[in-house]
Amino acid sequence: MNNIYMPKPYKILDIAKITNIEWLFKVEFDKVDEVNYGQFIQISIPKVGEAPISITEFNVEEGWIEFLIRKVGKVTNILFELEVGDDMFMRGPYGNGFPFDERYKDKHLIVVAGGSGCGPVRSMVNAVHKGVKSVEKMDLVLGFKDNECILFRDEIEEWNVKHEMVVTVDNLCEDGQCALGVQEGLVTQHLHKLDFKNMENVEVVIVGPPMMMKFTAIELEKMGVPEEQIWLSFERKMSCAVGKCGHCKVDETYVCLEGPVFNYKQGKKLLD
Amino acid sequence: MKITLSKENFNEGLKKLAKEYKIYAPKLFPYEGRFSDTDLIRYATVDSLEEMVFDKKSEFSPKEVLTPHSETMFYFTEKEYKEPDVEEKGALIFLRACDRHSVKRFDEIYLRNKFSDIYYNNRREKVKFAVIGCGEGFDSCFCVSMDSNKTDEYDLGLNIKEDAVELHIKDDGMLGHFNGEKSDFEIDFATENKIVLNIPDNIELNDVIDLEMWKEYDKRCVACGRCNFVCPTCTCTTMQDVFYSENKNTGERRRVWASCHVDGFSEMAGGHDFRTKHGERMRFKTMHKIADYKRRFGYHMCTGCGRCDDTCPEYISFSNCVDKLTKVLEGEDE
Repeated sequence: MNNIYMPKPYKILDIAKITNIEWLFKVEFDKVDEVNYGQFIQISIPKVGEAPISITEFNVEEGWIEFLIRKVGKVTNILFELEVGDDMFMRGPYGNGFPFDERYKDKHLIVVAGGSGCGPVRSMVNAVHKGVKSVEKMDLVLGFKDNECILFRDEIEEWNVKHEMVVTVDNLCEDGQCALGVQEGLVTQHLHKLDFKNMENVEVVIVGPPMMMKFTAIELEKMGVPEEQIWLSFERKMSCAVGKCGHCKVDETYVCLEGPVFNYKQGKKLLD
Repeated sequence: MKITLSKENFNEGLKKLAKEYKIYAPKLFPYEGRFSDTDLIRYATVDSLEEMVFDKKSEFSPKEVLTPHSETMFYFTEKEYKEPDVEEKGALIFLRACDRHSVKRFDEIYLRNKFSDIYYNNRREKVKFAVIGCGEGFDSCFCVSMDSNKTDEYDLGLNIKEDAVELHIKDDGMLGHFNGEKSDFEIDFATENKIVLNIPDNIELNDVIDLEMWKEYDKRCVACGRCNFVCPTCTCTTMQDVFYSENKNTGERRRVWASCHVDGFSEMAGGHDFRTKHGERMRFKTMHKIADYKRRFGYHMCTGCGRCDDTCPEYISFSNCVDKLTKVLEGEDE
């Protein structure tokens, strides 16, 4: 029997410092062909601990995956001390990821992401943007705390050219002159700007803090989006990521095994 | 084969088994109880029948034999993850029917539930079970309601009488170890309890989440987690890394028992938490024991051993809670 908890070392290829507390780590990986959009990896730091981190981007040909890591805990604090060329221990990928081919292909895909919630959806958005995956059209609503917190600026500019997009911040910068055509308000206040005419073709993906996901889903339901066409990606404390430790369990569902992506019909029943 | 033998002969047999197995049974630890001048009964290795305690319930369950409360998963030396050596000897565990049923719950989580756990598997495949008859059980037991009062899944089955042991040997490898007279008997399983529960089928989370009854536990429960630690079916753990202060380049990754009642169980890096109220945690545990585990695996998780009631420092009774919930769901006012 193999040891499901045994991590392997992989070389860090690049570190991009997006904000003071959010860095992108590009890491060599030998199982990229197994990766689906929205899955996660257990990053393992010997003598410190493990943390589940979403794969934000991956490249099968070049053999790497990328993480958007926010410095907020024991493990991520140590990660920020690593340098290009160092080894990072990992195991995974885990979780289900987004059912693109089964549910979003050739549909009107709407992605609503808040803050570091942009991480888990980025690989899928880029795949659509680059034409690797086909949709009828893709709209993006991205919310951030303030102008300083906006992630993936270069990519947002590229996405903006081809797709309907709203970038919004909770509070506009003082002179009201934010770049990227940034608007003010919560993501829920901008949903009405989207085109829902062909409702049966719409699929909405929501990723962000629990409150943001909850109220976005409620708002979308009010606007007439059927619950089966709304998707959420959950974040939970995990110790094992393989259905043993119990920390991520909600009702009879293990977020690490059956999630982190849930259809809203199931997701709305996962109450704490 | 069923035999009756003297306690001396039984102990002789145990001695022979001890060459192959570590023998675990409930054992008395004088003055180690949680109040002054009280004793503790918990699982430990024993050499003879006299060391085993069966006239009282053990405070802790035999789960600590299969999943120690702190277990090393890896040793770290610089960049190497090394797994600890595997114990070569098997284990023979003396336990009651309810606790034998609880092992099935551990098997479900650790051997199945999508992935199989090597640490548990290494121990589990070398374990033999000696199930003892309970007779009447104890005041806080409700095994009959949970359908865990009887079992035929044992290698040795035994009734301990005043001056003799009735022994049912099912494991062929153990046949030659015990000398006694052939006899006929049934294992003395409990057939009724003072506490009787009628748990409704398919309790939905949505129907119970807003009930008033949970609020009582906001105040009464102190979130110490004892109920989880003594529970023979609570399987949760947390991984914990340590380094040795003498040499920070070396250390180990352990997993330790975790409790859904204790602060931090669901808290993520950055501080976001779920179920911060103690009543919410009581509801979470209760639903797991009598509803959502069954929805996933087909049978109740709780085995009705009553240890949680015995150990709670606030005298919260789980069976009482389940009874209250049952009545509310049947339409009685809260």
